[in-house]
Amino acid sequence: MADVDAQANAPRPKPRRRRRRRRLSRQQEQRRRLLRAGLVTAGLLILQPLAFVPIVRSWRTRLRPPGALEEKEFLAACIKCGQCVQVCPVQAIVLADMNEGLGTGVPFIEARKQACDFSCDALSCILACPTGALSHDLTAKEEVEAGLARLVRPERCLARKGEAFRGAARGSGFRGRLRYAEVDRWNPIPVSEHPYDREPCDLCVLECPIGEDAIALVPFQGADGVAAFTPEVRDACVGCGVCEMICPPDPPVIEIEPRVGPPPRLRAGEA
Amino acid sequence: MSFLADAATMFGRAPRRPTSFSEEAEILHGRKRRAHVTKLLEDARARPPRTTWRNRRWAVLIGVNLLFTISFWLDIQIVEGSLTASRFLGFHLADVYSSLLVILAQRHVAVNLVIGSVTVMILWAVVGGRAYCSWVCPYHLVAELAEKLHLRLAERGIVQDHVFHRGVRTVLWFGFAALALVTASTLFLTLNPIGILSRAVVYGASLALLWVGFLLLFEVVYSRRAWCRYICPIGLTYGVIGAGAPVKVVYHLERCAHEGDCRKVCEVPHVLELTIKGRAEDAEVDIGPDCTRCGMCVDICPTDSLKYEIKGLRDLL
Repeated sequence: MADVDAQANAPRPKPRRRRRRRRLSRQQEQRRRLLRAGLVTAGLLILQPLAFVPIVRSWRTRLRPPGALEEKEFLAACIKCGQCVQVCPVQAIVLADMNEGLGTGVPFIEARKQACDFSCDALSCILACPTGALSHDLTAKEEVEAGLARLVRPERCLARKGEAFRGAARGSGFRGRLRYAEVDRWNPIPVSEHPYDREPCDLCVLECPIGEDAIALVPFQGADGVAAFTPEVRDACVGCGVCEMICPPDPPVIEIEPRVGPPPRLRAGEA
Repeated sequence: MSFLADAATMFGRAPRRPTSFSEEAEILHGRKRRAHVTKLLEDARARPPRTTWRNRRWAVLIGVNLLFTISFWLDIQIVEGSLTASRFLGFHLADVYSSLLVILAQRHVAVNLVIGSVTVMILWAVVGGRAYCSWVCPYHLVAELAEKLHLRLAERGIVQDHVFHRGVRTVLWFGFAALALVTASTLFLTLNPIGILSRAVVYGASLALLWVGFLLLFEVVYSRRAWCRYICPIGLTYGVIGAGAPVKVVYHLERCAHEGDCRKVCEVPHVLELTIKGRAEDAEVDIGPDCTRCGMCVDICPTDSLKYEIKGLRDLL
C-alpha cells in the first residue's frame, strides 16, 4: 500500500511539451510589428520628458563655466561634446552625469574641488564652445557672471576671529591647482604645495583673480568687541570660485552661489 | 526609379519585387537551375570563412575612438571633443542630427555648428553616410557583441527576435526633432547612446552607461540590433546624407547561389532582399542607402557576389 502511495506521489515526468510557436499569418505578424513600433515610439517619447524632473525639482543648481547662457538656454544650446573640459588648463570643468536629467553631459564647475582661476588668460572654454552655449560675447574675465561669493559660515572665518593662517590652505590629499604668478606665471601648481603665512588670514582676498573690486578685507567689530577683519564681497565678483577653493576651514566659510536666471547686468555698462 | 525605391525602403517601406528586369538579368535568372546553384555553392564552400573587412573595420572604429582619448590624455590636440562635436586639427566637426536638435531647441543658428555639420556632411556624402555607423560609432561595436550573444541564445531557443515595423525610425526622427522644438530642450541627447559612450571613452565612465547597458540587454533578449535598426535618428540622418555616395557595396547576380548567408549577418537585411532568387533587376545592383558598408556580407558571401566598389572609379582609371 505504502508502495503504491509513494508511487502515486512521486513526481511524474511531465509529458514533454514541445514549445510550439504559433504560426502567425502574414497579416498578424505585420500587425505585431506595427504594434511594437508604436509601443517603442510611445515609450521613448514618454521617457524623455523624465529628463526634466531634476530641473523642475531644482535638485541642484550648478556653477556653470564662464560665459554660460541663462540656465535653460544653456541646457538647450550645449551639444555635450566636452571641448570646454579639454581646453581648461586646471581641468576645473567636468561633465554632469545622467542623474541630472537634461544636464547629462553638460559642463559645470565644482569650485571647492577645483575653481576656475583664469590661468588660461583667454577664456579658452568660451573659445572652444562650438554652439555658443558659453557666450562668445565675453572677451575678458571681468565680464564673467557665473555666480556670486557669499559668506555662508562666517563664524568659522579666521579673519573674523582675528586669527592668522600658516601652512598649506588645503590638506595634502587635495588635488586642486592654482596659478601663482610669483611662483610660475604660466603653470598652475597644486595648492597643497604652496604654504602660506598670513596674519590675519586673507587667502580669499589674496588669491582672487579679479582683485579688490571683487573681495576685500574690511575692519570689523567681533562679537566680544575684538577689532578684527572680515572679507567683504563686492560688485565685481564674477563667481569663479577661487575663494571657495582656497578657504582653509572645511567646510569653507565662503561659497559661490551660482547665478540663477538671466545675467543681471552687463558690466560694460557700469561706471 | 530605383533611387526613390531605395529611399522609400530606408524610410520603412518593405522592399518590393521589381516589375521589370534587364535583358542580362533575365538571362542570368533563367540560368539559375538547382544543379547550377548547387555547383556554385559546392565550389565556394571549400573556402575558409573570412573576417577581413570586420577586422579592418574594428581597427578603424577603435582607432578613431581612441584617438579622441589619446588626444585628450596626452594633450596632443588632434581631435578635441567627442562624437557629438569636435575639432579635428582645429577644424570644426559636428554631428548633423545633434546640431539640428541644438538649433531647434535654441531657436538660434550657431555658425560654428553649421560649419561643423556641413564639413561632416561632405565627408559622409563621399564615403557613404551610414559608414559612420559601422566604421565610427562606438555603440555599433558593443551592439555587434550583444548581437553575437543574442544569436547564440536564439539558436538554443532561449530568446527570440521580435521584428518592428521599420517606419518607426522615421517617425522617431521627426518625433525627437519636434520634441526639441516644442520643449526648447535637446531631450534626445540625454538618451543618445553614441554621445554617452563617446563621452565615456574620452572623459571616463558615468552612470549613463547603465542606460546603454539596458539598451544592449533589450537587444539581447528581445529584439536583435533594435537601436540601430529601428530607433537611431543619427543613423537615418547619415543614411540620407550618403544616399548618392560613390562608395558602395555592389551585388553581382551572375555567381550568386541565393543561399542567403548575407541576409543572416546583415544589420539591415532589407537592403539585401535583392539577393533572393529572382529579385535582382539587373546583373549588377548597388545596395541601397541604408547599407552601413560594414562588409559583413562581403566577408561571408561564399561566391564573392557582394563587393565594395567606388562608383565612377572604374571609368576614371
